[in-house]
Amino acid sequence: MHALTIRNLRKTYDNGNEALKGIDLNVEAGDFYALLGPNGAGKTTAIGIVTSLVNKTAGEVCVFGHSIDTELAAAKSCIGLVPQEINLNLWESVGNIVFNQAGYYGIGGKTARQRAEKYLRELRLWDRRNDIARSLSGGMKRRLMIARALVHEPRLLILDEPTAGVDIEIRRSMWEYLQAINSDGTTIILTTHYLEEAESLCRNIGIIDGGRIIEDARMSTVLRKLQREVFILSVADRLNNAPELQGFKTSLRDDHELEVEKGPGRDLNELFAQLDTYGIKIVSMRNKANRLEELFLRLIENKNGDGRAA
Amino acid sequence: MNIALNLVAVQTIIRKEMVRVLRIWTQTIVPPAITMTLYFIIFGNLIGRRIGSMDGFDYMQYIAPGLIMMSVITNSYGNVVSSFFGAKFGRHVEEMLVAPMSNAAIIIGHVAGGVLRGLMVGALVTLIALMFTDLNVAYPLVMVSIVFLSSIVFSLAGFINAIFAKKFDDVSIVPTFVLTPLTYLGGVFYSISLLPEFWQTVSRANPILYMVNAFRYGILGASDISIGHAYTILIGFVVLLFSACVILMRKGIGIRE
Repeated sequence: MHALTIRNLRKTYDNGNEALKGIDLNVEAGDFYALLGPNGAGKTTAIGIVTSLVNKTAGEVCVFGHSIDTELAAAKSCIGLVPQEINLNLWESVGNIVFNQAGYYGIGGKTARQRAEKYLRELRLWDRRNDIARSLSGGMKRRLMIARALVHEPRLLILDEPTAGVDIEIRRSMWEYLQAINSDGTTIILTTHYLEEAESLCRNIGIIDGGRIIEDARMSTVLRKLQREVFILSVADRLNNAPELQGFKTSLRDDHELEVEKGPGRDLNELFAQLDTYGIKIVSMRNKANRLEELFLRLIENKNGDGRAA
Repeated sequence: MNIALNLVAVQTIIRKEMVRVLRIWTQTIVPPAITMTLYFIIFGNLIGRRIGSMDGFDYMQYIAPGLIMMSVITNSYGNVVSSFFGAKFGRHVEEMLVAPMSNAAIIIGHVAGGVLRGLMVGALVTLIALMFTDLNVAYPLVMVSIVFLSSIVFSLAGFINAIFAKKFDDVSIVPTFVLTPLTYLGGVFYSISLLPEFWQTVSRANPILYMVNAFRYGILGASDISIGHAYTILIGFVVLLFSACVILMRKGIGIRE
């Protein structure tokens, strides 16, 4: 079953800006799906339409089979949204924000209190329940928005850049939490600018640019398209010159770091074998750029290049 | 429509509104109490003694219903416009917009919040009025129904103002340039029988005149206008403004892109 189905979705704003030019998208139930794209690509507009914060110009959206045109309330009941911008009532207490959100979904009284406590504890905000939202740090506000989005236990959780401006430790703990709720059955759609986040969390990926979907596939399939990768190798002994390796481009970054570009059809065993013939010992190795980031940039560049050519 | 869901949602909005009103009681409850006390001291006590009686009533008694109604109207309106526009401005209106509750539930919840604040302030002003004069309620049902309907009308009007408001200035334009003049010219301080015929006719186009006079009728048993007209106008406004709110919310004007 599809958690989300989008057909030929279009949005033209009053100022004439065509934010979505007919996108199609399917997200399977239980998936952890990354929706990526540069700023202004149309991600937030698409999410806004799915969550009924933005009126669509044309197209169809179904959430777990419920059309937003004919069964809006049922569709909304399935969705939890963590928006990109902080949209908390900063003067309201942390506990009341989550409790009230349960009420908006028809969950009242004891159940709402129990749910609010559960999610505030899980997001490590229970001790701050009586404080106003304004007094929370940026990371805490983000976690509060996640607790608020989960209080009605949605089947589809949409997170629009949930870790923006959050420090690494909190980001990692948020990743673990999201993985846990995904493995419990919640479908997650994530937009993020941290591509390592998308690569490590998501199974499927859609890339949107200029209001169109330019890639929609499994993460592994998409990454396989990346035929060129650049690695940074730290070497044990000082190097004066970059060794010449057949099928690999090499250059020295400094006397203990070697940059190697692996072309199509080459593998790392071959690289290590050639380095071994020079007697170069490798201490450590890392990607120069995140693989998804590299692919993402290439897809966007190709698309822009095509656009210019046309 | 899921009625149980919407009932819980309405209760939640009302509770949230009451928490807000009581949290900022120095802005919501105290100022109208102080203003009305000054009205009673200056207009009722000091100036009123020189005026004597109005329509057969002591001047303090005569203006008390109008002042109570004035505070109910301005506080009902002010509560909804500031709360809903604040939610728009801070974007936490999205909490409600993404939820499955109906647009009517959002409107009713906020209007109920406005009515409750209006009635709380109205009750407080009544207590203050009783420190200055005696008020024997002539027709309790008329008094209660008129104050309740008037409060609903102005809460709905405040909701519409909040929908169209784009900045904080827009929130104060209607109260300053429309509501206050209409209230002062709505027979709070005088009987329209004192006016020349032409201005009496003009005054009859002011809906607040009907609310103030019908409320005065409920308390003192005296009115410049027909009570039947007052009910017709009030119920008409409730239906008209509620329908306008539902249509505006459905179209997403001012709240959805």
